[in-house]
Amino acid sequence: MIIAFLAQTIRIAIPYLFAAAGGTVAERSGIISLTLEGFMLTGAFTAALGSWYSGSPWVGVLCAVAGGVVFGMIHAVATIRFRANQVVCGVAINLLAIGVTRFFLELAFDSASNSPRVPGFSAGVGADGGAAARSGSALPGLFHNPLIPIGLLAIPLVAWVLYRTPFGLRVRAVGEHPEAAATLGVPVHRVRYMAVAVSGALAATGGAYLALDQHQFTDGMSAGRGFIALAAMILGGWDPMRAGVACLFFAAAEALQIDLQGTQALASQFVQMIPYVLTIVALMGLVGKAVAPAALGKEEA
Amino acid sequence: MSGTGKRPSDLRSDGLREAGAGQRPDPLREAAATGGLREAARTGEADSSQLALRMSGIWKSYAAVRANRGASLEVGVGEIHALVGENGAGKSTLMRMLAGLFPPDAGRIAVNGRDVTGWSAASAIRAGVGMVHQHFMLIPTLTIAENVVLGREPMRGLALDMAKALIEVRSVAEQFGFTLNVRERVRDLSVGEAQRVEILKALFRGARMLILDEPTAVLSPPEVQELWRVLRSLRADGGTIILITHKLDEVMDVSDHITVLRHGETVATMLTTNATPAGIARAMVARDVVLVSVPATLPAGAAPPARPPLPAAEGASRRRAERAASLTLLQVQSLTVKGSRREPRVRDLSLTVSPGEILGIAGVEGNGQTELVEAIAGLRPVASGSITLGDHDITALHVHRRAALGLAHIPEDRHRRGLILDYSVADNLILGRQASFAHHPGGTFDRRRVLENARERIARFDIRPVDPALPARALSGGNQQKIVVAREMGGDFSVLLAAQPTRGVDVGAIEFIHAQLRAARDAGKAILLVSAELAEILALADRVAVMYGGRIVGLMSRAEASVDRIGKLMTGALEGAAVPA
Amino acid sequence: MTAVTLRARAEEAFLPPIVALLIALVAGDLLILSVGQSPASVLAMMLQGTWGNAYGLGQVLYKTTTLICTGLCVSVGLRAGLFNIGGEGQLAAGGFAAALTGLALPAATPSVIAVALCVLAAVASGGFAGWVPGVLRARFGAHEVITTIMLNFIILAALNWAISTGLRVPETLHTHDVHAGAVAPLASVIPAFHGSAANLSLVIVLAAAALTGWYLFRTRGGYDLRAVGLQPEAAEYGGVRVGRVWTRALTLSGALAGLGGINFVLGYKHYYEDGFATGYGFLGIAVALVGRNNPWGVVLASLFFATLSQGGLAINAVVPRQMVDVLQGVVIIAVAASVPEVRRVMRFGRRGVRAR
Repeated sequence: MIIAFLAQTIRIAIPYLFAAAGGTVAERSGIISLTLEGFMLTGAFTAALGSWYSGSPWVGVLCAVAGGVVFGMIHAVATIRFRANQVVCGVAINLLAIGVTRFFLELAFDSASNSPRVPGFSAGVGADGGAAARSGSALPGLFHNPLIPIGLLAIPLVAWVLYRTPFGLRVRAVGEHPEAAATLGVPVHRVRYMAVAVSGALAATGGAYLALDQHQFTDGMSAGRGFIALAAMILGGWDPMRAGVACLFFAAAEALQIDLQGTQALASQFVQMIPYVLTIVALMGLVGKAVAPAALGKEEA
Repeated sequence: MSGTGKRPSDLRSDGLREAGAGQRPDPLREAAATGGLREAARTGEADSSQLALRMSGIWKSYAAVRANRGASLEVGVGEIHALVGENGAGKSTLMRMLAGLFPPDAGRIAVNGRDVTGWSAASAIRAGVGMVHQHFMLIPTLTIAENVVLGREPMRGLALDMAKALIEVRSVAEQFGFTLNVRERVRDLSVGEAQRVEILKALFRGARMLILDEPTAVLSPPEVQELWRVLRSLRADGGTIILITHKLDEVMDVSDHITVLRHGETVATMLTTNATPAGIARAMVARDVVLVSVPATLPAGAAPPARPPLPAAEGASRRRAERAASLTLLQVQSLTVKGSRREPRVRDLSLTVSPGEILGIAGVEGNGQTELVEAIAGLRPVASGSITLGDHDITALHVHRRAALGLAHIPEDRHRRGLILDYSVADNLILGRQASFAHHPGGTFDRRRVLENARERIARFDIRPVDPALPARALSGGNQQKIVVAREMGGDFSVLLAAQPTRGVDVGAIEFIHAQLRAARDAGKAILLVSAELAEILALADRVAVMYGGRIVGLMSRAEASVDRIGKLMTGALEGAAVPA
Repeated sequence: MTAVTLRARAEEAFLPPIVALLIALVAGDLLILSVGQSPASVLAMMLQGTWGNAYGLGQVLYKTTTLICTGLCVSVGLRAGLFNIGGEGQLAAGGFAAALTGLALPAATPSVIAVALCVLAAVASGGFAGWVPGVLRARFGAHEVITTIMLNFIILAALNWAISTGLRVPETLHTHDVHAGAVAPLASVIPAFHGSAANLSLVIVLAAAALTGWYLFRTRGGYDLRAVGLQPEAAEYGGVRVGRVWTRALTLSGALAGLGGINFVLGYKHYYEDGFATGYGFLGIAVALVGRNNPWGVVLASLFFATLSQGGLAINAVVPRQMVDVLQGVVIIAVAASVPEVRRVMRFGRRGVRAR
C-alpha cells in the first residue's frame, strides 16, 4: 500500500519535477517562467508526433526537447531582444502552444481532441496509471519508463549546474545583478537565452512524459501542471532541491486524494488548491518570505 | 578651449567662456593642446611614451545630458592620479568608458600607447584595467569567492573548481593583506569589506590599472587609511591608480597628480606637490557666470561681476534676520532619517527657518540633503526627532495634510517626483491638490476650473508653449520646472522646500525661478533651499548651512559666507574640529 | 512642436495594433498556405461568416461582450501599474454569483430589479476576487502576477466543487435555469440576430466601458490611479496613498471581469456552467494590449479578437479552426515585442526633433 502510494506520488511528480527544474533555471537568470505550461504542452505534442512517425518514444523525447527549445527561443527573442513584457509574452506563449498543438493535431491526426495511440514508455501500464500503481509490482514498474529516473535526476542535476558550474554561477549572477555581471564581461543576454532554452527543454520533457506515459496526446493535456511547477518553484524559494521537495509534496497530496476518492473524506477540489494556497501564503511572508531573484522580470535600463 | 595650461586662478573667466561655447572642439586640436598641457604640468618629468593612459577629446551624452564635453586625461605609469570634480562633472562617465562599459561619442582612448577606443568590458579586463564602481558591482547573494571568480571561473572538467577558486582568491587576498573570509556571502559584509572585494576582483584579474570611483564615500577613517595602504603598495608594485574623488584632504594625502573636471571638461591638471586645497576647491566649484545671477545678456568674454552685496540689500537682510529671531515657521529638531539599508542618512539634525528668510543648504550631493527634504515633506519615515510647521507637529502627518497646513515642495527630481510626464500641463498643475478640483471627493473633475487654473498659472509663470493640453514630457526642462514652481508657489503656502530648483534648466528659467524665490521670501514665506550649486546658494540665501555626512557642519550668515569657506566645508576639509569624523 | 508631438503620440498609440493586424494577416496567410488553400478565398469566407450575415455578427457581438469585460479588467489594472491575470477566475466568480442570485430570486421579481440585483452580485463577487490580490499586494507585498494566477485556480476549483456537490442538474456541470434576471436576446430588439447568442448584456457592458473611461479620465480617483501606474513616486509626492490605489484598482478590475459573467449566465444559457470562462481571462490581456488600455480601444480590440474567434468556425471546413488560436498567440507576441520597439524609435525620433 505504501509502496503503491509512493509509486503513485512519483508518477504524478515527474512532470512537475521536470518543469520546476526548468523554471528554476530561467527565473534564476531573471526571466519569468509563466511559460512552463506552454512548454509542457508543446513537449507533449511534439513527443507524440515524433513517437508516432518514428515508432520510437526516444525520438519523441528528442522532438519534445526540440519543441521546447523552439518555444523557449520565441519567448527569449521577444523578451530579451525586443524587450517585450515578460508576463504578456509568457501568457502569449501559453496561448500559442494551445493554438499550435491544436492546429497540428488537426493537421497530423485529423482530430480535435487527441492523437491515436503512439509508442510510449511503461509498456503494460495503460492510460490508467493509477490502476497499475495499485498493483503489487508498482515500484519496479517505475523503471519501465526511463523518463521517471531521468525526472528524479533532473532536480539534482539542475542544482549541480546552478551551484557547481560556471554556467550556473553566471545564471545566478545575471538574475541578481546583470549590470555587475556585465562589468566582468559576462554576456548577460547569451546566458539568459541559454537559460530559457534549458527551461524549455526540461519543461517540454515533462510534457513528453505525459504523452508517452499515456501513449497519446490529448488537447490541453498539460492541464495546469506548468503552473503547479511554478508554484513549487516559488514555494521552494527558487532553489531546485527545495522546489523538488515541493513538487513531491504536491504530488503526494494528489496521490492521497486519489486513494481517498470515493470515501468522501476530502473533496478533490480542495486538494487541488493546496499548491496555490501555499504559494500565496509563502508570498505573504507568513512562513519565511520567498525572495525572488532581484532582477526577475526587470526591464533593462 | 579648455586645454591651455591654465592656473586655477584663470577659472572664473574660463567658466564664462564655457557659457558661450556651444560648438564642438576639433578633436585633433584638442589632443594636441592636452599634450602641451601635460608637459607644462609635468615639467618634463616624463614624456608621453610612458603614459599608462591617454584620453583625449572625449564627448559623451546620455539622453539629454552631456556628461563629457571634450574631456581629456593623461596618467603616467606607476602613479596615483586623482580625478576630482563635483558631482555631475563627468568623472564617472569618463572612467566607465575607460573600463569599456560604453564607447565615447567622440575622442580617443589609448592604454599603454595602444588605441583602445570603444573596447568592451571583457577586453578592458584582459588588458589589465579594473574598475571599482561607486555603487558596488557585487552580487549580494553570492559568496566573496564567487563574486571574484565570476567570468573567469577555474574549471575541473565541466564543473566549477571551487576548491581551486578558494585557494586562488585567498592567495590574492593575502598578497595584498586583505583579511576576508572568502566563503562569506557578500550581503553579510560591511561596506569596507565589500569594497575590498571589489578591489580583489580587479586584482584577481591581474589589473595593472585600477580605477576607484569615490572609494572613501562609505568608509570609516581607519578603513580609509587601510585603503591608502593598499593603493600605495599597488603603486610600489608598478600599478597605476586613478582615484575619483571630491575630497581634497584625500587628494593631498595620497595622490601624485591631479586632474580637475568641471561640466564634463578638463579644466586643470597639476602635480600634487604644487597644488593647494584652496586652489583645487576653486577649480572644482567655480561656476558659470549665469549662476551668479547676473543678466543673461552679459557679453561672452566679459568678467563676471563679483556681486558686491549692495548696502540696501544688506539692510534688508539684517531686518529679515531680526524678524527671524522672533518666530520660526519651520523647525526641525534632532532629526534622524535612515536610508534604504537602515544606515543613518540624516543624523540628529536641527534647523529653523523663519518667515521672510531663505535658509540655503549647501553641500556635495549625497550627504543627506535628499533625505532631509523628503522627511520634511512626508515622503520618508523619520527615525527620531520632530518636524514642526508653524504651531503644528507634522512629524507623523500624511503628505496631503502637510500640504493643507501650508507646506509647498519643489522636489529635486522633476522627472521622478515633481511631474507626471505623460499627464498634460493642466493635470500636472493640480497634482497634490487634485481633490479640491473634484465636484466632491472621488468625483468628477471640474474641467473648467482645472483649465482656468492652468491658464492662469501658465500666464503668470510664463510657461511655454501656452497649451494646457500638452503632455509635460513635450516641454523643455526649464518650462517643465516652471510647471512645478507654478504649482507649488502659485497658491497659498507658508513654508517652501526648494530642492535643486534650477537643476538642468536654461538661463532664462533660472533667472525667473530665482526671482520667484526672492519675491516669496519678501512676501514673508519661509524657504528652505537645497542646492548643489554653490553660486545659487550664495545668490539667494540669507543664511547658509553646509551639510556633510548627514549633519550641518557649518552655519553662517550670507555676509560670512564665501565660496572658499563653503567649498571646503562641503568637502569635509575645513574648520577642523567642526567636521565630524 | 505640438504637431510633431501629437503625431508621435498617435503613432505610438496606433502602430502596435496596426502591426498586430499585419502580422496576423501574414501569419494567417502562411498557415492557410500550409494547408494548401488560397488565403484570399479563406479570408473572404471568414468575413462572410462573421460580418457577412446577421447570425455570424450576432455571435461576434456575443463574444465581444465578454472580451470587453476581461479586456477592461486587465486595462484598469495596467493603468495602475498592476498585472491582473486573474480575469478568468473573476469572470467565473461573477457568473456564478449572478446565477445564484437568479436562482434565489422568486420568478415573479420584476425583470429590471432582478437583472439589477444579478448584475450587482456579479460585480461584487468579481470585485471581491480582485480585492484579495489587491490587499495581498498593498499589505504583504505579494506580487499580483503570481497571486492572481494562483487565485484563478483556487476560485475555479472552489466553483467546481460547489457545482459538483449539489448545485448542478444531475449528469451535467451546470446549474438549473435562473428563475429571474434573464437578459433579453439582442434579437428582441433587432430580429435579424435571431438564433445568435448576442444579448442585451452588450448594452450593459458598453455602458460599463463608458463608465470606466469616465472614471479613468474624468475623475479624481482615475487621476490618482493613472498617476500611480505612471509614476508611483510622483503620485506619492502628490499625496496619493499608493497602497490604497492598488487595492482599489484591483477591486475595480475584478468587478469589471465579474460583470462579464452576466453575458453567458443571464444573457445566453440562463445557467452557470463549469468552464464557461475558460480562456477569456488570458485573451483579455491580448485585448488590453491591442486596445492600448483605453476603454474604447478595448471595445475595438474585443471586436477584432471576437471576429478572429468566430471566423475560425466559419472557415473550419477548409482550414482547421484552430488556426485562430495560433493567430491569437502570434498577435500578442508581435504586439508585445513591437510596443517597446515602437516607443524606443519614437523617443529617439522625438529627441532628434528637439535637438534641432
